[in-house]
Amino acid sequence: MTVQAVIEQEKLAQFEAKIENEIKIEPNDWMPEDYRKHLIRQISQHAHSEVIGMQPEGNWITRAPSLRSKKILLAKIQDEGGHGLYLYAAAETLGVSREQFISWLHEGKAKYASVFNYPTLNWADIGAIGWLVDGAAITNQVSLQRTSYGPYSRAMVRICKEESFHQRQGYEIMWRMMEGTKDQQRMAQDALNRWWWPSLMMFGPHDTDSPRSEKAIQWKIKRESNDRLREKFINKTIPQAELIGLKVPDPELRLNEDGTYQHGDINWDEFYAVINGNGPCNKQRLQHHIKAHQDGAWVRETAAIHQQKMNNHGKH
Amino acid sequence: MEHKEKFYLQIADNALILSHRLSEYCSNAPFLEEDLANTNVALDLIGLAESVYTELASQKGTGTADDYAYRRTEEQFFNCTMTELDYPDFAHLMVRQFFMDNFHFHFFSELVHSKDEFLSALALKSIKEVTYHLRRSSEWIIRMGDGTEEAHQRMIAAIERMWSHHEELFTPSEADLEMLNNNVAPNLSRIKELCMQKVQEIFYFAKLAVPETIPNAYQGKKGIHTEQMGHILSEMQFLPGKYPEAVW
Ligand SMILES: [Fe+2]
Ligand SMILES: [Fe+2]
Repeated sequence: MTVQAVIEQEKLAQFEAKIENEIKIEPNDWMPEDYRKHLIRQISQHAHSEVIGMQPEGNWITRAPSLRSKKILLAKIQDEGGHGLYLYAAAETLGVSREQFISWLHEGKAKYASVFNYPTLNWADIGAIGWLVDGAAITNQVSLQRTSYGPYSRAMVRICKEESFHQRQGYEIMWRMMEGTKDQQRMAQDALNRWWWPSLMMFGPHDTDSPRSEKAIQWKIKRESNDRLREKFINKTIPQAELIGLKVPDPELRLNEDGTYQHGDINWDEFYAVINGNGPCNKQRLQHHIKAHQDGAWVRETAAIHQQKMNNHGKH
Repeated sequence: MEHKEKFYLQIADNALILSHRLSEYCSNAPFLEEDLANTNVALDLIGLAESVYTELASQKGTGTADDYAYRRTEEQFFNCTMTELDYPDFAHLMVRQFFMDNFHFHFFSELVHSKDEFLSALALKSIKEVTYHLRRSSEWIIRMGDGTEEAHQRMIAAIERMWSHHEELFTPSEADLEMLNNNVAPNLSRIKELCMQKVQEIFYFAKLAVPETIPNAYQGKKGIHTEQMGHILSEMQFLPGKYPEAVW
């Protein structure tokens, strides 16, 4: 064995010992290349999701039906953009720039949460997104607070505090509508019908079909399996739906003896179609992001040039 | 309508309609930090409008803030027309913002001395926010004016468009004059002087020319708006208009 190889093995052992003992991995620590790659992919995907998610919700800002709901929605979307910022910053600690992450997104090399490829068609969709999509996201993110990479873990702690507000605010929109007129109830049920399955799909494929998960769990990037997280979400959410008179659109749903739920089959064909770019809004969401970025190019440029002028000026 | 109510509405409607234009820009900004800053300003302005509407409703003993925002027709809104205008690019968005921030800053700085207790308290609270808004938009004017040639040209176009609505801000309505006489409202010709000083200062640093004054041709304060206003309201008021019985 060469000296180099011995050193590498030593580093790997130290890394694994840290993981074993729940010591966070920090940006300057040695880490296996695959660990770094996995994190770069996962954290940037997470960041993009926060940012792309601003679009379906933004679709209702100008039509929010009260000043209060408009303020809550605007502040919520602003939070999501803020989450995007924390996460880009966490991902940049791995040695890739935000500009590069955005290019990968635009080139189709990076993904974002597929759930945002569905349209927001009535006001209750804003409730359903907060309640279900943020609800599903929290379930996942609470477990990620214990993820092994320090900057990612700390970003999750900050983010989780805000996400629980979003979930409650979304649910509040739903129950207000269920207490309201027939039209409002119809909209609320319609929104649940359309968002229920995409929310369940947010947890990803069944554990048996999730090739990357095993390694991620071993490295403690991921702390709980897809199916386990999905189960938690379902058990928490179904009683909330029933409480306000909403019907979960799953004819095969059964209550187990231990109080947990058994759900019907998820349409995995739809899941993979949307992931592979053929959901209702994939092109629209990406195009919107590309256009905003391109339209803003001259603004970023003038800001940079102006800064340069100021710096040069200072040198005289 | 009473002059005082109308004066209140001029203030609130400027804030509400401007915030509408800002909020529709969400997810369209040149970069993420700017998107968030923009939303921040929109949120401050909605808050400002809402507190005025709430106060009006309580003074009249009837209705709610939402009734003012959602159940009035075009000719019952008294915002200046500059707030309504659409914007082909970030330069237009930001030039309008600079003119409005500048107006708000000086208007509220004077309104602090109003005899009307609610308005003087409102002004005091708003100055903090508006100071930040004005600093931000001023910096952008300079970055765009004294940056690249493209940005400079875009600024010239944006200024030309917004400038023809600038004089309207300082053209007093009957309510403005009546409230001035009662020591409730600031003197708009004084506000204009202060605003023009700031425009000159910032445009100097931005290497932009201050255009000649264009006489006012707009009457937003009388409820006569541009063609864009109807579209804003039909979008904003769509749900309460379509489902009048619903509570959201
Ligand atoms: Fe988020
Ligand atoms: Fe959220």
